[in-house]
Amino acid sequence: MLILHCPYCGVDADETELAAGGEAHLKRFGPGSSDDELHGYLFARENPKGVHLERWRHASGCGKWFHAARCTATLEVFGTYKAQVSGPPQEIRDAISARRPGWSWREFS
Amino acid sequence: MSQYRDIAAVCGGGNLGLHGIPAARHETGSDSHMKHYSAFAVAREALRYHTGWERAWRSPEPKKRYDVVIVGAGGHGLATAYYLGKNYGIQNVAVIEKGWLGGGNTGRNTTIIRSNYLQDPSAAIYEKARSLYETMSQDLNYNVMFSPRGVMMLAQTQHEVRGYKRTAHANALQGVKTEWIDPARVKQLVPIINLHGPRYPVLGALWQERGGTARHDAVAWGYARACSAMGMDIIQQCEVTGVRSDAGQVVGVDTTRGPIDCGKLGIVVAGHSGQLAEMAGFRLPVEALALQALVSEPIKPCMDVVVMANTVHGYMSQSDKGEMVIGGGTDGFNNFTQRGSFHHIEETVRALNETFPMISRLKMLRQWGGIVDMTGDRSPILSKTPLGGCFINCGWGTGGFKAIPGSGWGMAQLMATGHSPLTEAFSLDRFKEGRFIDESVAAGVAH
Repeated sequence: MLILHCPYCGVDADETELAAGGEAHLKRFGPGSSDDELHGYLFARENPKGVHLERWRHASGCGKWFHAARCTATLEVFGTYKAQVSGPPQEIRDAISARRPGWSWREFS
Repeated sequence: MSQYRDIAAVCGGGNLGLHGIPAARHETGSDSHMKHYSAFAVAREALRYHTGWERAWRSPEPKKRYDVVIVGAGGHGLATAYYLGKNYGIQNVAVIEKGWLGGGNTGRNTTIIRSNYLQDPSAAIYEKARSLYETMSQDLNYNVMFSPRGVMMLAQTQHEVRGYKRTAHANALQGVKTEWIDPARVKQLVPIINLHGPRYPVLGALWQERGGTARHDAVAWGYARACSAMGMDIIQQCEVTGVRSDAGQVVGVDTTRGPIDCGKLGIVVAGHSGQLAEMAGFRLPVEALALQALVSEPIKPCMDVVVMANTVHGYMSQSDKGEMVIGGGTDGFNNFTQRGSFHHIEETVRALNETFPMISRLKMLRQWGGIVDMTGDRSPILSKTPLGGCFINCGWGTGGFKAIPGSGWGMAQLMATGHSPLTEAFSLDRFKEGRFIDESVAAGVAH
């Protein structure tokens, strides 16, 4: 079972307490954007086999949204971090680099 | 190993009737290498201690160039190759597989075959597939043990009742034979069911009499044997590492067994579609999730139809060996590991215990996971791609096995002629254009 540390309430939450929220750090495109941009925002996903940054909600706990850095090929969790950021903080990037040297994901590395 | 497959294919079931023999001989007669399976062949081999059985398909070295390369030797990839050869005479084809043949989702599903979909494009391709399953054993001269035992989708809320009645009406217009049945008929067809579940009573069901199950491995093996007999090369343990193109046109693939040139490329790799698409230079609206299934210890025959309970989320059938074959929903997060979380199994089994109280003391024998490729609208993608000459067939998500022959039929037509009425609505650009095929929402199906 997946266990993620909630960066808000500090609980190590079982997967049963959590709701998956999909790929993180998407840039929103709304009215006035091109078809390609809207399509990319709504549907196109990185779906990497490896490092993945994603959103989770501590649904049956404190209710807060947060981020997790996780490997989809091994289910290893590199760390979790708060929601109010547009990219992973340096300590999360370092934690990933320690385990996956030279990793990159979208514009992050 | 293949000896056992051959014998099982001949001996099992009663599908190789007299009617099937001349039809199959006609289709495979062009190749003298493939020996015809029949009751006579069993007798002949019995007399010489089964020394005459051959490998069901060859294991050749890759050639430098093929007219068509299909990546992925699962059911959909092999079916695509088979119909390219059978319907369009394109037989200079290689099917490349990084693992072993049929070792992905083709060998991991719960083998349910049905076509009771709401939307016209879905009904068309799934019903094409279902109808091809009816004669597949004869067409391939390989017993796939198609068992049209009937598929029942329980309605356990008023919302589901309305949804399934609507589907039954839609199916009537589409020419797909389904009917709405009342709880008494449900009980008659499935005596072990509990109609008055503690959470959700059974209010009726959508019943497709000619739905059912088939032997999933045999579908892959049968197509592989027929492809090999047409001279196609099935190359296992050969992973694609790159897609080569020239001026926006695909020219070949790099593999762990060297470069292979091709005129056209078909990507049919389910969970790893995103990785192949990245090599080919485009993105997909697809995410990979784990879907689990499990089987119980074998018990005496107790249920001779397939039952799907979508509100409580579980489906179950009994295999020919007596095992109860059980499936449920996907895990919620991206995952390539072919294993999932225990609580999903618990959720599925809890639901089925309510629906079928007699299974509560059954031990479970095996549990496994597969990586399913889920699209934004939960319908598949069979399409041209931004790379010329490169086609993709993916996004079957949690329900690909039932579609194998129809998918292969349509994909072969698309690759050979550039257009197929079966695949037209499933193009990659439907997301951009807002032409969703909203099965998961509109029909309230399991997936």
